[in-house]
Amino acid sequence: MIDGFLALYIFMLAAFTGYEIIARVPVILHTPLMSGSNFVHGIVLVGAMVALGHASSNAEIAIGVVAVLLAAGNVAGGYVVTERMLEMFKTSKSAAPGEKK
Amino acid sequence: MTLPAWMPTVVDAVYFIAAVLFIWGLKRMSSPRTARRGIVWAGVGMAAAILVTFFLPGLHNLVPMAIAIVVGVALSWIVGRRVAMTAMPQMVALFNGMGGGAAAAIGAVELIRFNAALQLIPDTAPIQPEAWAAQNVGHLGSVELALAFLGVLIGAVSFTGSLIAFAKLQGWMDRRFVFPLQRWVNLAIFAGAIACGALALIAGVEGHAFAWGLLAGFIVLSLVFGIAMTLPIGGADMPVVISMYNAFTGLAVAFEGFVLQNEAMIIAGMVVGAAGTLLTQLMARAMNRSLGNVLFGNFGAGGAAAAQEIAGSQKPIDASDAAVMMAYAERVAIVPGYGMAVAQAQHKVWEFAKLLIDRGVKVRFAIHPVAGRMPGHMNVLLAEAGVPYDLIADMDDINPEFPNTDVALVIGANDVVNPVAKTDPGSPIYGMPILDVASCRNVIVIKRGRGKGFAGIENALFYADNTRMLYGDGQAAAGELIAALKALDA
Repeated sequence: MIDGFLALYIFMLAAFTGYEIIARVPVILHTPLMSGSNFVHGIVLVGAMVALGHASSNAEIAIGVVAVLLAAGNVAGGYVVTERMLEMFKTSKSAAPGEKK
Repeated sequence: MTLPAWMPTVVDAVYFIAAVLFIWGLKRMSSPRTARRGIVWAGVGMAAAILVTFFLPGLHNLVPMAIAIVVGVALSWIVGRRVAMTAMPQMVALFNGMGGGAAAAIGAVELIRFNAALQLIPDTAPIQPEAWAAQNVGHLGSVELALAFLGVLIGAVSFTGSLIAFAKLQGWMDRRFVFPLQRWVNLAIFAGAIACGALALIAGVEGHAFAWGLLAGFIVLSLVFGIAMTLPIGGADMPVVISMYNAFTGLAVAFEGFVLQNEAMIIAGMVVGAAGTLLTQLMARAMNRSLGNVLFGNFGAGGAAAAQEIAGSQKPIDASDAAVMMAYAERVAIVPGYGMAVAQAQHKVWEFAKLLIDRGVKVRFAIHPVAGRMPGHMNVLLAEAGVPYDLIADMDDINPEFPNTDVALVIGANDVVNPVAKTDPGSPIYGMPILDVASCRNVIVIKRGRGKGFAGIENALFYADNTRMLYGDGQAAAGELIAALKALDA
């Protein structure tokens, strides 16, 4: 169980982690990175499954199914799109590999 | 199906590993060489987290759950595979909106469950855990309750807002939708949503069931606000808007993760929320505008009357002259903008650049941070065409090199190269950092017609003495340049 200040610490540390990771990303990777973080928040699918799994009334089940459907779309779409983009980034053979600004 | 007692511990352990892999994966994405493996690692963590969730004890509705997952994954997978690279901004917006919608729906389910239990357990002060457990609902404290509402609000705004952004980028909605008193109408919608949510929240915290109408009103007004907020925002501001909604979805996921006591959701959501916020700031700064100005500024509508007159005329050039000029240049900088994406000219441009490189010309691509419709849009298009990323330069790197550049070839970029941003305090884009191509010895601008850019501002670059205009569609013009260059060698 997490509660009170412990949760606040998790929030705070995760926020700094996210900030630090992005701060060092070169401009050319902004799109894949945004798309990658778009995929990462697809973890919402896990929450949607739990919500649907506990749903009992018809309204709850209906909304829960919508949640799972949307979240599954987020996760799969986010992954495919990011992977496709990253696949394309290549360096020129003439330039020494590993030499990058 | 009975599950062993240690199952929840295994699930928690896998969630932990998944959170580590997400951060590790994103970290690897900070370099082009390791980026691809980064997303694969994050994908492994995600797959594991989803799989073990099926083994959480006490989950019902497993059949509809599995069907919904299969359908959602299959549809997105197919669409994501097939869509053209030029359509990436709207795809990112769409998938992001789905995540926001899912977070909002989770919050809605939890609030409905909570309220239904409240109706059955009328007086919960002091809280009797057994009574709540009998209803199969965990009691939500005031913080959880507040975050559940907040998550619904942010998630719903991200959902409909992203869908509107998607429609705009897809070209289904190509004008900004502006009407008088819009800001006040939007404010009223927002205030209405907050009022409904706050009333329901206060009742819930005090242990009374709230009216279903309040919850419904809260959700509907939140959804409407997302639409209303995004309608007046123009296409060129989309890099800011998309990354902002990405941050919103992350926050909504983190808040709902708190409600569900799911650490993986909290961490992943918060990391994305912070990363998206930073990216949004970077985008807004690259336009020299505050986020508030982008969202509520109604850019380019009226005003700007004080803009200076631009003297001179636009001087045309034909493709063969332009090709000769670049063929015998030492350094050429190619400056792409959204127009290149519209014309799908990236392949032809790279073909042309390769011919120049074969002749010994030093070619670089200069990219403005907000060129295009999402952060890094031009980089993705050039990568698709096969341009190696070490030929691509950021604004800060290339600006000092422009005075030593013989020819700048501007294709489909307008406001991001407009020197007015430096010279005319009356201009709406004054102060925006630009690619300083005007300092090159020669400038060739490929442009469809004589019209103005998105912001409706005259571009002084087009009238400069060292600028020549090559009129035509981006792809056709690049084709002519290629033909002219080949004719030189023939």
